[in-house]
Amino acid sequence: MNLLEVIRVALRALLRNKLRSFLTTLGMIFGVGAVIATVAIGEGARSQVEATFASMGTNLLVILPGTTTAGGARGGSGTQPTLTWDDLKAIRTELPSVRYAVAVLRSGSQVLSEDANWTTQIQGTEPDFFEIRSWPMELGTRFTQSDVDSGAKVAVLGATVAEKLYGANANPIGHVVRIRNIPFQVVAVAGKKGQSPFGQDYDDTVFIPVSTFMAKVQGGLQKFIAGQILVSGVTAARAQEDVTALLRDRHNLRPGEDDFFIRNLAEVASAQEESSRTVSLLLAIVAGVSLLVGGIGIMNIMLVSVTERTREIGTRMAIGARAVDILLQFLVEAVTLATCGGLLGIIAGVATARWMTALFHWPVLFRADVVLVAVVFSALVGVAFGLYPAQKASRLDPIEALRFE
Amino acid sequence: MAPLIALEDVTKNYRMGDVEVRALRGVSLTIEKGEFLAVMGQSGSGKSTLMNLIGCLDRPTSGRYRLDGTEVSAMRPDQLARIRNRTLGFVFQSFNLLSRTSALENVELPLLYAGVDRRTRHARARASLERVGLGDRMHHTPSQLSGGQQQRVAIARALVNDPRVILADEPTGNLDSRTSVEVMALFQELGRTGITVVLVTHEADIAAFAGRVVVLKDGRLLSDRRQTPAPAVPRGEEAA
Repeated sequence: MNLLEVIRVALRALLRNKLRSFLTTLGMIFGVGAVIATVAIGEGARSQVEATFASMGTNLLVILPGTTTAGGARGGSGTQPTLTWDDLKAIRTELPSVRYAVAVLRSGSQVLSEDANWTTQIQGTEPDFFEIRSWPMELGTRFTQSDVDSGAKVAVLGATVAEKLYGANANPIGHVVRIRNIPFQVVAVAGKKGQSPFGQDYDDTVFIPVSTFMAKVQGGLQKFIAGQILVSGVTAARAQEDVTALLRDRHNLRPGEDDFFIRNLAEVASAQEESSRTVSLLLAIVAGVSLLVGGIGIMNIMLVSVTERTREIGTRMAIGARAVDILLQFLVEAVTLATCGGLLGIIAGVATARWMTALFHWPVLFRADVVLVAVVFSALVGVAFGLYPAQKASRLDPIEALRFE
Repeated sequence: MAPLIALEDVTKNYRMGDVEVRALRGVSLTIEKGEFLAVMGQSGSGKSTLMNLIGCLDRPTSGRYRLDGTEVSAMRPDQLARIRNRTLGFVFQSFNLLSRTSALENVELPLLYAGVDRRTRHARARASLERVGLGDRMHHTPSQLSGGQQQRVAIARALVNDPRVILADEPTGNLDSRTSVEVMALFQELGRTGITVVLVTHEADIAAFAGRVVVLKDGRLLSDRRQTPAPAVPRGEEAA
């Protein structure tokens, strides 16, 4: 008897008891449905977190200068200028694991347009900054390296600042804003970036060339960088290692004496991802337990079925079914129940997840591999829990089975 | 020519709890092709055990059993299943049809295990049902058929693989006397086409339709006599 015939025989047997078959699969339906729905919701949340961190820039390192200690009071990171422009140049040119490196200097200031004002953060930086943050312009063209070299008085407005000064949908390109009484020509409005994971508005800022910043906004230390260095690595971990080694070498430091800090935002992101993955894992465990319960339900019904159909088994054996034929028939019945339960469960799970989205606006993400795993897993549940009843059936003595009342 | 069924000093012991039961204590019996044999005896005489041995559902404790020239007493279970499928046909007292399954599919069942393809299965099951006079009831389920019709479906199922031997265990036990006679008529007809019929019964008037009656007692053959079979004509139709 080929497998197709076995499946046909099994389907016949199941259809002879439609209601019971359906009730038996309910456990699997709930189990698989729970898996699909929870994983979809978990993945949705995870991809949202990922998108949030991607908006900060990928493989991002922030290098901060060290601390001062005055009379036992330690000044906190960034209080002692230790990073020099030469350090930045070295990081940029000597390390193949670094794609971009720029200085970012910040200062709060009022910005005035012709007929409005807004207090925001002025950031002096270089054009590569926008590459690191993968930050496209909404209007106009960002300032260039030659603007930095010449100390041009040009500004890129963040979307929030542009709106506060000129109103929504206005085009401020070519207008002049005044920062600390110095006129800057608006060359671009940056695209909307949204909020950081901590609620800070990325768009509430104005960018100007770093040279102009130092000359006009906040003078001082010529040799040192009075701010931070942003680095985008090929991989964050590799870049962090290389930058650390380079700075220790340049500053003649032994490990443990670092006069700089490196913050690896990829680590923050992966920690966030880790936590959402943990939640997903917990949900999956709960779902796995319900699958187990579904499997036990199938085993239970298959055992009842074997007892109930003892005479049928005896008859089949008498007319020529081998033990393996009986084994296969009951095994295929169990697997069919489990797989049908799995397939219906997928439908139920997708429906539930969509319903959740509609109800609570939760993002959901369906993954084909999860669906495939659910189907394969439910078939495996069928095999695992169908094997014992099927073996019991195939080991019946035909004479006893035929005599069974 | 060698006999179709040859039992030689066959014994069968089995345990029931702590008690060793000697169900057969040395039975020798040969049955020729086309014979219609009735096995009689009281309950506990060993007739069911004998039937199970002839039907290859069980193996003898000692002795030899040759079926159609093949020694089957030492065969493995799967080989016995094949013999049951190809050489033997079973008819049971309570029909043992699959419920909620059409007569046609019930009759197809042995062919399924023989690995016969679908079209051939249908054709042969159809022919077999026509042979027992149920050509017009093929798609009825057992619950839609009378007892006599159900037993005829069971006989069609036993016949569908062209067996050499039909084994019938109290086939009329659940039938009224009129349909019993109909079933016996069918068996007599099978004998004429060369199929051997072995019938277990405890009713003398059923055994009367057979051409040979074997009586068992306490696991031994008590008697073995040939007789002229009674004509299986249903009562009320004798005059016709």
